[in-house]
Amino acid sequence: MLKNKSLISVSDLDEGDIENIFEKADYMCQNMNNMRQNEPMKLKILATLFYEPSTRTRLSFESAMERLGGYVISMADSKTSSFSKGETLADTIRIVESYADIIVIRHPLEGAALLASRFSSKPVINAGDGSGEHPTQTLVDLYTIKKELGDIDNKEITIIGDLKYGRTVHSLLLALTRYNVKINLVSPSNLKLPDYVYKEIKNKLDINIINDLEQSIEQSDVLYVTRIQKERFTDKNEYYKLIGSYKITKDEAEKMKENSIIMHPLPRIDEIDADVDFMKKAKYFKQASYGIPIRMALISMIAGD
Amino acid sequence: MDKTLKISKIKDGTVIDHIPAGKALKVLNILNICENNSISIGIRVSSSKMKEKDVIKIENRFLEKIELDKISMIAPRASISIIKNYDIIEKFSVDLPQKIMGILKCNNQNCITNSGEPVDSEFNLVSSSPLTVKCAYCKREMSDNEIINNL
Ligand SMILES: [Zn+2]
Repeated sequence: MLKNKSLISVSDLDEGDIENIFEKADYMCQNMNNMRQNEPMKLKILATLFYEPSTRTRLSFESAMERLGGYVISMADSKTSSFSKGETLADTIRIVESYADIIVIRHPLEGAALLASRFSSKPVINAGDGSGEHPTQTLVDLYTIKKELGDIDNKEITIIGDLKYGRTVHSLLLALTRYNVKINLVSPSNLKLPDYVYKEIKNKLDINIINDLEQSIEQSDVLYVTRIQKERFTDKNEYYKLIGSYKITKDEAEKMKENSIIMHPLPRIDEIDADVDFMKKAKYFKQASYGIPIRMALISMIAGD
Repeated sequence: MDKTLKISKIKDGTVIDHIPAGKALKVLNILNICENNSISIGIRVSSSKMKEKDVIKIENRFLEKIELDKISMIAPRASISIIKNYDIIEKFSVDLPQKIMGILKCNNQNCITNSGEPVDSEFNLVSSSPLTVKCAYCKREMSDNEIINNL
């Protein structure tokens, strides 16, 4: 039961919870157009507190709440807002909890969402805390695999790109330890998975660290591509030299199995060629669209009557 | 003559024994020692239990729970003797707490507990040897020297 509970980390959820969320998300998919009339969240208010810009995630939560017939209040740009001008997060939360029935928070510091949940009598959803967790993105990722491939178990998943700073990758890997999957990790040497994440998953997952995508592309069921940020490189020439070898082109994508899929948490920059977008395997926009039913499911399970 | 008697006996106060060799100054560092406390320190004295150990004797000073918890992070096997009128009236070992509240600063600069919020730091014990703790907020792990430097 998720009712009135905060969602800070995927590890807050057991397998039953995840199954329930997916079932509810299926229901939301099927009834997307009736939900606004049914107004299951009628008179409920969702507050979004984004201390760090992420338009897509914020809009996705707001759209989900609107589609459930609820209201949304939202902190203006955190830099100009009187909240956050020297005020502690604890104080802001103590105020906002009386304005809303459920709070969604994105914050640049790790542990911020947990702290918010401890000062709030209303449930808090973590929409990203520094390089910490982003559980709703992870649920969207898992849901995408399940919807597009029928199952998560017994799949081979190759994750390529920035494995060091990519928060979505860390959360996803932790969540995948619940399933029987084979994982291949491909990254530039300066963007390898950090030890503290590797330590948590190494005994629970069948992991292969490989240098070259060619070693796994043909047998992968899922190719999960993440963004390599230019800012991570002190030598920009290094970046340009490298980015070519991590780019997914149509030729690369064609090497993949017939029923395989390509995912990306978006926004992408150069990692996937625009030519790939039209292929059946390209599921990253579909993945983004699953953000709505997943967040509708979560909001209604957490804040619903 | 018994080698441990190199350090003079105290009348009233506390003896912190079985500190790993070389860690006595770290222990002293976390105790607020004032002018009334005369202190004897033995560094690398031989010990039947540990081969070499450090010992601290502090006159007119009794330790609080929070200090004992801090000592347990530096010297998990330390034993504490409380001395009154030259007699040991109580002797016990320090206990590594499962939950370490408010005595350790998180080493992750990007952790919410380092940004002036009204909360105590909070760690869970992951393993006692090597000593490893995990921040309840940012989930980052710290061990050994990292812990001692953040006490
Ligand atoms: Zn921390």
